[in-house]
Amino acid sequence: MYMKPEGKKRIWAEYQKEIPDDHFFYVRSCIRQTFFAGSEQIFLKIMRDDLGKDVFEDPRHTTCTGIGYHGDVVPFETIQAVVARHFSLATEAGYRHIAISCVTSFGIYTEILETWKHFPETLERTREDLYKATGRTFDVPETISHASDIIYKFRDEIARKAKYNLVDLATGKPLKVVEHIGCHYAKMFPKHGIGGAEFPHVLIGMVESWGGNVIDYPERRHCCGFGFRQYLVQANRGYSIFASRKKFESMEPYRPDMIIANCPGCAMFMDRWQYTINEIDCITYGADGQGIPVLTYEEVAGLVLGYDPWEFGLQYHNVQSLPLLRRMGIKADPARRFLAKDGSRLPEPANLING
Amino acid sequence: MSINRSNRFGFVISPSRLIDYDTSDRKVRDYVTLREPSFKLCFACGGCTATCTAGQHTSFNLRRMNTYIRRGEIEPLREEVTRCMLCGKCLLVCPRGVNTRNVVAVAAEAISKLERNEL
Amino acid sequence: MKSTLKHVIVAGGGVAGMEAAGSLAEMGYRVTLVEKGEDPGGHLLQWHALFPDRRPADEVRSYLRKRIGHHNVSVITRTTVEKIKHHPGGTVSVNLSGGTEEKADAVIVATGFELFDARRKEEYGYGIYDNVITSAELEAMFNRGRVAKADSTVPHRIGLIHCVGSRDEKVNNNHCSKVCCVTAVKQAIEIRKMLPSCEIFCFYMDMRMYGPYYEELYRESQEIHNVNFIRGKVSEASVNINNRLVIKVEDTLAGRPLRMELDIMVLMVGMEMAEAGTRLAEASGFKRGINRFLETGDHHYGNNLSGIRGVFYAGTCTAPMNITDTISHARAAVAETVRYLDGR
Repeated sequence: MYMKPEGKKRIWAEYQKEIPDDHFFYVRSCIRQTFFAGSEQIFLKIMRDDLGKDVFEDPRHTTCTGIGYHGDVVPFETIQAVVARHFSLATEAGYRHIAISCVTSFGIYTEILETWKHFPETLERTREDLYKATGRTFDVPETISHASDIIYKFRDEIARKAKYNLVDLATGKPLKVVEHIGCHYAKMFPKHGIGGAEFPHVLIGMVESWGGNVIDYPERRHCCGFGFRQYLVQANRGYSIFASRKKFESMEPYRPDMIIANCPGCAMFMDRWQYTINEIDCITYGADGQGIPVLTYEEVAGLVLGYDPWEFGLQYHNVQSLPLLRRMGIKADPARRFLAKDGSRLPEPANLING
Repeated sequence: MSINRSNRFGFVISPSRLIDYDTSDRKVRDYVTLREPSFKLCFACGGCTATCTAGQHTSFNLRRMNTYIRRGEIEPLREEVTRCMLCGKCLLVCPRGVNTRNVVAVAAEAISKLERNEL
Repeated sequence: MKSTLKHVIVAGGGVAGMEAAGSLAEMGYRVTLVEKGEDPGGHLLQWHALFPDRRPADEVRSYLRKRIGHHNVSVITRTTVEKIKHHPGGTVSVNLSGGTEEKADAVIVATGFELFDARRKEEYGYGIYDNVITSAELEAMFNRGRVAKADSTVPHRIGLIHCVGSRDEKVNNNHCSKVCCVTAVKQAIEIRKMLPSCEIFCFYMDMRMYGPYYEELYRESQEIHNVNFIRGKVSEASVNINNRLVIKVEDTLAGRPLRMELDIMVLMVGMEMAEAGTRLAEASGFKRGINRFLETGDHHYGNNLSGIRGVFYAGTCTAPMNITDTISHARAAVAETVRYLDGR
C-alpha cells in the first residue's frame, strides 16, 4: 500500500536460493497429515499430474521428531540420526533433492546441515550412530527445499493452468491476502529462505502470480505461538493464543479475505484459535465478522487449479471457507461437505465458524 | 483485553506485558513535570534508587517509578508511591540535580487526584 | 618554470584534506589537492548546523575554502587517487583516475568516510516504507527549512534510532561511530525548535556524549527542549493502515517491551571506511584494521603514520571522528609530513 516495491524487490533478489527442477524425495509432516490430510495429497497430485514431476516417497520414513526436539524430549544427537536415516532412504532410492512438507522439519534439516558444515565431527558422529543403530549409510543431499519453495518455483506455470484466480469475481478486485511464514522457514538461517527473514517472498510470489494482493500489517513477522515446548502442557496454551490473537488484532483493520500459511502448525493454530477466541471472548475476526479462512499454500494451489475443495479436506478447518469460495466463483456444494465418496456420512464437526 | 468468559479449556489467554505508548495516558507525567520541572533531567542512572531507604526492604524503586510515570504506566505505581519515607537520601546522590524527594511527593498527589478523577 | 618548493599531494578534499592542504601551503610547500566530487568539502557540504552549539556549517566551510585559496594550493576535482607508491630515492608516485601519474615528495591520504547504507538493516524498512530516513536526509530537510513526511504533512512524533550500522555484528561493524549520539541530540533539538508540537524520542543503547559540551547539550535537550530518551534497541519497524510507522523496542529501564507509532523514523547511520579509500589502500598496500579503517603506525603517538615512507594519514580514513578532531588530526599529519620532508 504505502510502500516502495523497488526496496522489497532488491531484498528478494539478494535472498534467492537454488531450488531443483525435478526428482524430489518427499518427507511428510506429522501435523499436516493429521489435521490437513488432503493438503499433502493435493501437493503430490499437483506435482505429478499438473506439473509432471517425479516425487518419490518412502513409506518407511518417520516423523523427523521435531516436536520432541523442540519440546526438550529428543536430544540433538538423536534427531540427527533420525534425519540421517531419511537421507539414507533417499540415497538408497537414488534421490539427491529433498522436498520437505513441514516448516519445522525444514528448520531442523537446515539446522542439522549447517551444524554438519561448521562442525564436521558431528557428521562423523552421526554416521557412526546411524550405522550402529540400523546398519545404514547415507549421502548428504545436494539440496533441501521446503515444499512451498517448490510451488513458488512453479507458480507461474500453475498460474497459466489456473481455472480460478485470487480475485473477487463480483467486483474484479484482487483478494486481500495475509501471508504467514513459519518461523523456522527463515528466521534461523535467513539465507535459506526466499526473500530472507524480514521480507520473505515465498508466499507473496504465489499470491501475486495467482491474482491476489498481499497485505503487510504491523505484526506480520510475529510468531503464531505454536512453539512446541509450551503448548504440550495444556495450561500454557494461553501463550500460543496470545501470539495468534496479537496477529488477528493487527490484521483486522485491513479486513483480509484469507490467510495463507506455509507451516502446518501455523495454519492449524491460526484456524483453531479463531474458534477458541470466539468461545472465550465472543470475538470473531474477518470481513462481516465471519472469521478469516486459513489455508495452506497447497490448498490455495488446489483451489486455483480447480480441484474440488471437499476432496482435499477444506471442510475440516474450524473456519469454513464458504464465503471465500463464493467470492472466487468456485462452485462447491456445502451439502456434500461431509459425505464420503460412497455417499455415507462422515463425522461432522460441531461449532464451525460460518459453517 | 481478555474477558475470559469460559475456563473450560484449562488455560487463560496470557495478558499482554506490552507498554502501548499510544494508548497509555500521561496526565500524571504532565502534572509532575509542571510542578517539579527538574523531573525532566532524570537520565535513569539509578543512583537515587541505590541509596533509597524504602528500596532496601520494599518493592519501591524510584528509578523505575520515574520511568513508568514517563510512559504513562500508572497501574504499578498506585501503592508503590506511598512507600517513600521522605528521608531525602536520594537528593544527595542525583548527579543531574533532580529534586527526587519532591518528585515522589508530587507523584503521590497526582495519583490520588487521578483516582478521584480530578486530574 | 619548475617550482623549487617541495610538492605534497593530498588525496581527498574533505575537511582533513582541505585543512592539511592549507596548512602545508602556508608553511611553504606546493600542494595538489585531489577531490573525487564536484567541489572540495566532503560530507561537510551536506550539514546544516554543527554540534555542540549548532553553529552554521557554512562558517566552517568558509574557513576551509579560504585555507585552500592559498596560492600554493592547486585543486583537481572529479578525480580519485588510485594508487600510491614510494620509490627508493624519495619520490612518491601517485596514479590518478583518468590515467595520469603525478610525482610528489610526500602524500597525505585523507579519503575520509562514507555513511552506512541503511538498506542493509532490513528490519527498519529503509527504502521500503515511506518516512524512514537517515540522519543525513534529515539534515537535508534542515537545509531546505522544512521537516515533513513524504506526503508533505506535518509530523507529530519523530523517533531517532541510534547505532544504525555501528556496534552491530550483523552488518560486520563492531565499532562505535562516535558522533551519531551527539548528532541525534543536536537534530532532536533542531526539530523541536522548528516544530514545537512534535514529540521527539531518541532510542539509544548508550549515550556517548564524549566531547566538550556534548553532555551539556544532552542535558539541555531534556531540560529545555523536552526531548524524550528511551533506552533500548528498536527491533523492527512496520507500517499500519494509517501509514504510520509502528516500532517495537525494549524499554530496558522499565523492563518491558514497548510499542509506539511514529510519523518519521530517523536512522542515525554510522561511519565506514570510504570505498575510494578502500580501493586506494588495496592497490597501494596500506594495512587496514579489523574495523576496515586504515591502520596507523601507533595508536597513541603515531596515528598519522602509514608505515610507508612519505605517506601520511589524516582524518576519518583512520577512524570515526568529529570535525574538530579531524582538523587537529590533519594538522598533526602536516607536522609529521614536514618533519619527514625537512629531515631528508
